[in-house]
Amino acid sequence: MRVLAAMSGGVDSAVAAARVVDAGYDVTGVHLALSPSPQAHRDGARGCCTLDDARDARRAADVLGIPFYVWDMAQRFAADVVEDFVAEYAAGRTPNPCLRCNEHIKFAAVLDKARALGFDAVCTGHYARLVETPAGVELHRAADPDKDQSYVLGVLNADQLAGALFPLGESRKADVRAEASARGLAVADKPDSHDVCFIPSGDTAGWLRERIGTVPGDVVDAAGTVIGRHDGAHQFTVGQRRGLRLSTSAADGAPRYVLSVTPVTGTVTVGPAEALDVREVLGSRPRWTGDAPTGRFRCRAQVRAHGDAVAAEAELVDGRLVVRTEVPLRAVAPGQAVVLYDGDRVLGSATVDATSPG
Amino acid sequence: MPYLDHAATTPVHPEVLAAMTPYFTLEAGNASSLHASGRRARRAVEESREALALALGARPSEVVFTAGGTESDNLAVKGIFWARRAADPRRTRIVASSVEHHAVLDAVEWLVAHEGATVTWLPVDERCRVHPEALREALGAGDDVALVTVMWANNEVGTVQPVEQLAAIAHEHEVPFHTDAVQAVGAVPVDFAASGVDALTMTGHKIGGPKGVGALLVRVGVECTPLLHGGGQERDIRSGTLDTPGIVGLAAATTRAVGTAADRSGRIALLRDQLVAEVTKVVPDAVLNGDVDHRLPGNAHLSFPGCEGDSLLLLLDARGIECSTGSACTAGVARTSHVLSAMGLPEDRARGSLRFSFGDSSTAADVDVVADAIGPVVERARGAGLAAPRG
Repeated sequence: MRVLAAMSGGVDSAVAAARVVDAGYDVTGVHLALSPSPQAHRDGARGCCTLDDARDARRAADVLGIPFYVWDMAQRFAADVVEDFVAEYAAGRTPNPCLRCNEHIKFAAVLDKARALGFDAVCTGHYARLVETPAGVELHRAADPDKDQSYVLGVLNADQLAGALFPLGESRKADVRAEASARGLAVADKPDSHDVCFIPSGDTAGWLRERIGTVPGDVVDAAGTVIGRHDGAHQFTVGQRRGLRLSTSAADGAPRYVLSVTPVTGTVTVGPAEALDVREVLGSRPRWTGDAPTGRFRCRAQVRAHGDAVAAEAELVDGRLVVRTEVPLRAVAPGQAVVLYDGDRVLGSATVDATSPG
Repeated sequence: MPYLDHAATTPVHPEVLAAMTPYFTLEAGNASSLHASGRRARRAVEESREALALALGARPSEVVFTAGGTESDNLAVKGIFWARRAADPRRTRIVASSVEHHAVLDAVEWLVAHEGATVTWLPVDERCRVHPEALREALGAGDDVALVTVMWANNEVGTVQPVEQLAAIAHEHEVPFHTDAVQAVGAVPVDFAASGVDALTMTGHKIGGPKGVGALLVRVGVECTPLLHGGGQERDIRSGTLDTPGIVGLAAATTRAVGTAADRSGRIALLRDQLVAEVTKVVPDAVLNGDVDHRLPGNAHLSFPGCEGDSLLLLLDARGIECSTGSACTAGVARTSHVLSAMGLPEDRARGSLRFSFGDSSTAADVDVVADAIGPVVERARGAGLAAPRG
C-alpha cells in the first residue's frame, strides 16, 4: 500500500508517518504550503505553515528515510478556508477553520491528488480512530480524551475516511512525544500548535479587523436598550464575556455575556448566562460518515472541539439537521459545527445556523 | 538508477578527489603563512590559480577564489556596482537579463531596494535568447549604467547567450560586463580573454569538483569593491583563509572538464537528443523548451501540457529517476519559473515542465529507463493535474 503522509512539521504528524513506515507501507511525506508568502510567518511556533515548519517536516522525513515534497496548496487554502473564515465572521458567525481544512484541503484536494498519483491513503497526525467494519470504516474518538480530534474530522464522508489513516488514535500525547524522542525526531519537544494556523500573531480580532474593517455598533440588552458601543462586531462571539466594556452593570449585578451578533446592523445583544442555554440546534450542510440516517435517532451532540457531548435526539428535516438535547448546551454560535456521536463513533455533523431555548 | 540532474550538481571525480586529499591532512598549511608548510600550501594555491586561468583563457592574476557561484555572482554584481558608482555617481543603473540565476537576480534586487540602484531587465525571445539590439536599446546613452550582467548559459532551459557580442556592446558605452558561466564551463568553449567579458562567475561542483568553492574572474583594471573584509587574501577583493584542498579540487576539476569537454559534449548531446526523441514519441504533445541551436549539450527542458511539474518529479523519483522541475533553489515550493515567464511560455506549459541534465555518468541505459517510464508517469500526472487543478 502506498501512503502519503501529510507532515506539518509538528511532532504528531512526524510520529504518525514513522508508524506507517514501520507498518511496512510505501510512504512519501508531503508538507502543505498553505501560506502564499511563507517567509512572512517565520517567527513563532503557533502555525503549521512557516518555513521553519517545512524544514522540520523535511528533517523528520529525512530521518525516516522517505521521499519528501512540498505541495503548494496556498490558493486552495485561501479560497476554501481563509476566505470562508472571513466571510463567516463578517456574517456574524463563528467558524471552525480546522473542519474546513480537513473537509476541503487535507481530505479533498490532497487526497484527490494523492489518489490520482497512485497513493491509497493520506496519513495525518490527528488523534482519532478508524474502525474497520463489514459496512465500511467508522470514525471513533481517540483513546486519549484530552487530545481527541474526532470533532474536527466530523465533516468527512465514507469515501474520505476510506482514504485516511490516523496512526495516533490509540495513543496518548505524552507517549507520542516520548516515541518521537526515542526515534530521534528533533520535533519531539516542539510546542503544540494552537489557535488559528494562518493567524500567527494569535490576535484573531486584530487580524479580522484588517480584513473586515471596523463597523461600530450598539451593545443592547435583551429588551433592546442600548447599554454600550463597540468598534466592530467581528470581535464578539456567542458566550463571550470579556471585552464588552459596558458602562452600566446589570440590575442584579450578574455578569453579562454575548447572546447574539446581528451582522448587518452590527448589534451585539448581551444578557445573563442562563440566556445562553439552548436545547435546540438547527444545522445546515449535513455530512455523514456513513449512510445518512432516516427518521429521528438518539445520539450525543457536541458543539465545540473539546466540549462535552450531551444526549440528544436528531432528525433530518428537508435536508437540515434538527438536534434537541436533553440538557441545555451553553453558548452555541452560528457557524460552529454540531457533531453527532453514537458512543465513541462519529455519525456526522452539520453547521449551526440557529439555536433556540427549545 | 538514472541521475539526470547534472545541472544541479555532480559527484567529485576520483582524479579530483585524489588531487585534493593531501591538502586536508599531509599538507594542511595556511597559504598565508610564511613558514615551510605555508609555502607549500601557497604553491598549491598558485599552481591551481595558473591551471584554472589556463583552462579558461584568463591570466592568473584575474582569478579570485570564492566559496562558489552564489558568492561570485554577488561579488561581481554588488562589487562592480559599488566601485563604478564610487568612480562616477551618475552610474547607478544595472542592465540585467530577465533570466538570470537568483544569485544575480536577487543581488540586483537587493541593490535596488537598499542602494538606490535602478534596473533595466533585458527581455528574451521565446527561446530564451537575449538579442544584442535589446541590450543596445536598454543601454541608451549608457552613461548612467554601472554594470551589464547576462549569463553565459541558462541553468533551466540551457540556452547559450551571444556573450561576446553583448560584451562588445557594453564596452561601446564603457560599461563593464559580467557573465554567470556556471553552467557553461566544461559544456561549451569558454575563453575569458577572447570573450571580452570583464567578470566571469564559475563554480566547481557542476563539473566534478567539490561544492563550496568557485571563482570570479575579474579583468585586470576592473574595480570591484569587496563583500568580505578581512585579511585581503585575494587581491583585496576577497578575504578569508584560502581553502587549499577546495582550490586544488576546483582547478583539477576545471582542467579536466575543459580538457574533456569536446568528447563529453558530443556524447551527451547525442544522449539528450535521443531522450527528446524517445519522450516525444511516447508523449507526442511534449514540447522541448529553449533554443535548439544555441543550447547546452546536456540540457533537455521539456513541457508536458496538463501535468504539474511536481507530480512528474514525484512519480519519476519513485521510479528512481532523478531530474528537476527547474533550479533546485526554488524547488521547495513550486513557483512558476521567472525564466519560463520571461520566455512567454503559457502558464500551464511552464508549470508542467521538467529539466533532464546529462553529464559524465550518463549512459544510453538512462535514456531507456526514462523512455519506459515517461508514458505512464505523464498519464498519471495528467490525472492528478485534473484532480487538483493549480495545486
